[in-house]
Amino acid sequence: MNLTLKVWRQKNAQTSGKFVSYKAENISPDMSFLEMLDVVNESLTHKGDEPINFDHDCREGICGMCSLYINGHPHGPKRGITTCQLHMRTFHDGETITIEPWRAEAFPIVKDLAVDRSAFDRIQQAGGYVSVNTGGVPDGNAIPIPKVIADEAFNSATCIGCGACVAACKNASAMLFVSAKITQLGLLPQGQPERYRRVQSMVAQMDEEGFGSCTNTGACEAECPKEIKLTNIARMNNDYFSAKLFREDEVHEQGH
Amino acid sequence: MSEFKQTLNSSLGKKLIMALTGLFLCTFLIVHVGGNLLLFNNDNGFSFNVYANFLTHFPPIEVIAYLLYLSILVHALYGLILTVKNRKARPVRYAVAAKSDASWSSKNMGLLGSIMFLFIVIHMGDFWFRYHNDKTMGFKEYRTDLATGETKVSDYTPANAEFSHSVSTENNVEVVRVKDLHARVAYSFSNLIYVIFYVIAMGAVAFHLLHGFQSAFRTLGWVHRKYTPVVYFIGTWLFAVIIPLAFAAMPVYYYYLSTQGAH
Repeated sequence: MNLTLKVWRQKNAQTSGKFVSYKAENISPDMSFLEMLDVVNESLTHKGDEPINFDHDCREGICGMCSLYINGHPHGPKRGITTCQLHMRTFHDGETITIEPWRAEAFPIVKDLAVDRSAFDRIQQAGGYVSVNTGGVPDGNAIPIPKVIADEAFNSATCIGCGACVAACKNASAMLFVSAKITQLGLLPQGQPERYRRVQSMVAQMDEEGFGSCTNTGACEAECPKEIKLTNIARMNNDYFSAKLFREDEVHEQGH
Repeated sequence: MSEFKQTLNSSLGKKLIMALTGLFLCTFLIVHVGGNLLLFNNDNGFSFNVYANFLTHFPPIEVIAYLLYLSILVHALYGLILTVKNRKARPVRYAVAAKSDASWSSKNMGLLGSIMFLFIVIHMGDFWFRYHNDKTMGFKEYRTDLATGETKVSDYTPANAEFSHSVSTENNVEVVRVKDLHARVAYSFSNLIYVIFYVIAMGAVAFHLLHGFQSAFRTLGWVHRKYTPVVYFIGTWLFAVIIPLAFAAMPVYYYYLSTQGAH
């Protein structure tokens, strides 16, 4: 396959970037999208050019490191996969592919296609944990949990924190990510003690990072590589308003 | 900052205000369309004029009316604030437009809302403002023979400029004198441009509520396997189809009557 790539090149967050066109030649349809970029980078390096910088790690769709906004879709046009799981047979010979970084105020560009997603880490640190007391190891089956609840919680827990929801949202809202993290713990018994403090702290941190708000368009749900559902956002809203309007739990003034 | 202020200023709090004012405006639409169906009564505007008089002279309704105007302003203002904030969250836009699965109306709520706001300003200027302030607006006198139920209509010129309405009975004939808003409606809806604008505005209402009604429930966190389909059904059929169609039928019907020379 021979392809034309329009790639966003940007030296760092301070400088402005622009699109540069590259030819990707002799690409095997069985390559993954990232392997195709490896081939292009190899040829750029041979020519003495700066290779295209992009994020990647496990290359098997579980680490949440790869990104790329490909032809108007985060993680490319196929549903339920990450960029590293996207194969070149999805595209046709001679096609022009536009590759952009995630665009959000809260995700500043590090270089080219790589963005800084540490805003997600700070939201997670604000309350996305459960406290476990020291002592004997509790029996794994000691706490009965209905299967439907466990399934829901595990579905939410599949979020890999890649940021595709932010990239897909017209408001660059992080609510699908934040709500998945809140729901995963809020549904299970172990997450109850911190439930109403957690939702307040995490939403406060999300607002501080400068993400937009939710219009319930459902674009995040459609683009999520782990198919996290929009119902998570409604659950988060429910917990948040319940915490703010009807509970007496307060958020720590000094933060974490 | 007090706790309530902090809650309402958060991203979720602002959406809560949008959802609550939006749903309140939805309930108003039901009342408004129900009352205005009286326009289809072929009685020279008797029932419609009496209804208009009731709305403007019954104190509890006046209180709710001002709550309603406030809701419209707050809903529009917060829509604007949220749009500005959401735009700021993505300062650099994508070169390739997003192709994600999302309904057209959900992505254009601001545009649809702006059309509706323009419509409300013109609509209230034409009917509400005139009804309250236009001294030249005429009156009608309806004489109903209580024995036969027959109603005769004639123009009425009040002797006193402060006159608003009267109901009296003389010799088994009920005499009702009210401001003739119905004539203004018939006059406005004989203008084709005006009718087209009304129909477009009702299209905007339909698409705005197709997304807005169910979205408000999601914002409030009221999503449930059993009830969410019901919310979708009501949002689609009642708020996005039946109500806008009923509203749009009014200017179209009156325009049709005007071309028939009936008014």
